[in-house]
Amino acid sequence: MTSNQAAAPLATPLAKPATSWVTTGIFIAVLFALPYLLPVVLPELEGIITLKANFMIFQFTLVIIYAIAILGLNIVTGYSGQISLGHGAFYAIGAYTAAVLMDKLDVPYWATVPVSGALCMVVGFLFGLPALRLTGHYLALATFALALAVPQLLKYKHIEWLTGGVQGIVILKPDAPFGIKFMNADQWLYYFCLFVACIMFWLAMNLIRGRFGRAMIAIRDHPIAAEAMGVNNAMVKSMAFGISAAYTGVAGALGAIAIAFVAPDSFTVFLSISFLVGLVIGGLASISGAIFGAIFIQFVPNIADSISKAAPWAIYGMFLIAAVYVMPTGAAGLVRRLRG
Amino acid sequence: MLISRRVMIASVATAAAAHALPAMAQKKYDTGASDKEIVFGHTGPYSGPASAYGTIGKAIQAYVAKVNDDGGVNGRKLKMITYDDGYSPPKMVEMVRRLVEQDEVLFLFNTLGTPTNTAIHKYVNAKKVPHLFVATGATKWGDPKNFPWTMGWQPNYQTEGKIYAQYILDNKPDAKIGILYQNDDYGKDYLHGFEEGLGEKGRKLIVSKLSYEVTDPTIDSQIVSLKGSGADTFFNITTPKFAAQAIRKSADIEWKPLHFLNNVSASVGSVLTPAGLDKSVGIITALYAKDPTDPQWANDKGYQDWLAWMNKYYPEGDKKDTFNVFGYNVAYTLVAALKQAGDNLTRENVMKQAASLKNLEVPMLLPGIKVSTSATDFYPIEQEQLAKFNGKVFELFGKVYGN
Repeated sequence: MTSNQAAAPLATPLAKPATSWVTTGIFIAVLFALPYLLPVVLPELEGIITLKANFMIFQFTLVIIYAIAILGLNIVTGYSGQISLGHGAFYAIGAYTAAVLMDKLDVPYWATVPVSGALCMVVGFLFGLPALRLTGHYLALATFALALAVPQLLKYKHIEWLTGGVQGIVILKPDAPFGIKFMNADQWLYYFCLFVACIMFWLAMNLIRGRFGRAMIAIRDHPIAAEAMGVNNAMVKSMAFGISAAYTGVAGALGAIAIAFVAPDSFTVFLSISFLVGLVIGGLASISGAIFGAIFIQFVPNIADSISKAAPWAIYGMFLIAAVYVMPTGAAGLVRRLRG
Repeated sequence: MLISRRVMIASVATAAAAHALPAMAQKKYDTGASDKEIVFGHTGPYSGPASAYGTIGKAIQAYVAKVNDDGGVNGRKLKMITYDDGYSPPKMVEMVRRLVEQDEVLFLFNTLGTPTNTAIHKYVNAKKVPHLFVATGATKWGDPKNFPWTMGWQPNYQTEGKIYAQYILDNKPDAKIGILYQNDDYGKDYLHGFEEGLGEKGRKLIVSKLSYEVTDPTIDSQIVSLKGSGADTFFNITTPKFAAQAIRKSADIEWKPLHFLNNVSASVGSVLTPAGLDKSVGIITALYAKDPTDPQWANDKGYQDWLAWMNKYYPEGDKKDTFNVFGYNVAYTLVAALKQAGDNLTRENVMKQAASLKNLEVPMLLPGIKVSTSATDFYPIEQEQLAKFNGKVFELFGKVYGN
């Protein structure tokens, strides 16, 4: 992850706004049509693959959620150049915030999402203030420690009345609102997550292209030069960390609603590593890359498991190596190269 | 006369045919069942922090292979679809939804872990999919009123706690009891059953009750204060690592209480050996299955059958591992319930048959311990026998406890 490599791709979307808007529009349209396309397309494929629409929609909901989390990680790692191995912790905090609000205070599920985001932003910012004085590998270790600590802290005796301890919290899955009949709970949740994701992606795009995004990239590429130009490095880095944590927190809240259960065992270190894998596979410093990364971390472990029960993670590793070898700048980088 | 006889024969024949028809029509199937096979789903931690339990899934698969080689269940082959859940609740939700919605299994069997099963508890009950013989000892799996589609299998922790309490009341009514428990639902389940078993009066026997977190590095200080409390009886509710520490530390500080060790850690190989076999002499635990390393079963038919099956169908499995006994026993129970279901393979009937097992003898359970369920009793195994460690193996003694 040298700074030069990551800086180059950013120029492309700025240079070709027209085509990129069209493709983005088509892409979003397809995503919105998905729950109604799947039941039409899948029976056609009957016999070749047997997939059931509802379950697929649930999986795609997870893809969207992971994409938001990876996008958050991308802000801090891809654009501002700080390695974080601890975003699973923010995902957990977001998930628990949503679950506790729904379970203890009967807050409607949709209202928990912004609260989770805001809380994670504060936590991320406060964690960022001291931690971001560390650079590179040291920051990676500090965030790694956070990822290790959070699942255990959630089990802490004195907050058990709130978190449910190791047993976690079971929450109710929301049905479609206003008594809508043509949409089941899975389809509704898919649209809800997609709606949130669209807002989050739009905000990220504006953020990256604005003053703050340029400041982040400047810090990543040359911190001393950035400082000389009047960028408040510590502040921008902490804010980037806070925003990134907010994204992951929003994803965590959506994840809790989709799974309808949270427990400390859901948020192991492996989750943080998965986000990093998704980030690198999708493409550093690329907004659309988050979607490719999410697809990878959602589906490839399942494919690996279906190939070998004995060593699924060895197969996963092979996929990973192949992906990195074939697409050194991530899936988004590959798409850009194919487009010329 | 002749005519009337003919009429009679004809009418008898018609009646017989009429009787035969409903019998044919009684072949009832839900999704996942057919004339040829019964498809069921399973998830297990083949990877991740609890992968030691992964062998249970492999043992069940090996047992399914044996059943199919022997002709299947009522002429139908069993097909087991199993996925890796990595002991992660979200992964479990995904995999179970895949089994139910995509693979369309008839029922779920022996899904493993307390947090993981909690994550799917509501879902499977909303979907009305039998969630049979789950691999966890928590007490909440036997709640037919609120969760009529979920059933446990192994003796639950509360039952076991009650057995120790019963033994103390019978044999050492003036005991001074010290307790160490893991601060989570597992530890509290044991503690709850134990205190309930002691009853109002017996509870006064408890002189000290300490807990530890699964994240603590050691429990040395708890052992020291338990000794300081003057306790002469010790109920040790700990997972293997801490159990070994507790045994070693109490020997080191020369505290020699009557030591009860929960079944969770009653493993000679992974607990008593690292703690020191000489230091473990006299420890009492409750068992319900035959320990494959115990020489007293060498000539036992159940053990020999198990060994033959291990050799033929699961040769790469560890013959010292009690989890392979667990998988064998639980799969045996399942096949018994399915045999009972006959040709009526609806989800409702599978659940009904699982809930009407009567005194089923399972070959690798201890003699006298039987599997029984009813519409209001979703705890298949509720009996255990106490055993004392003699320096080599756990020696069974006394009666079979429980109902």
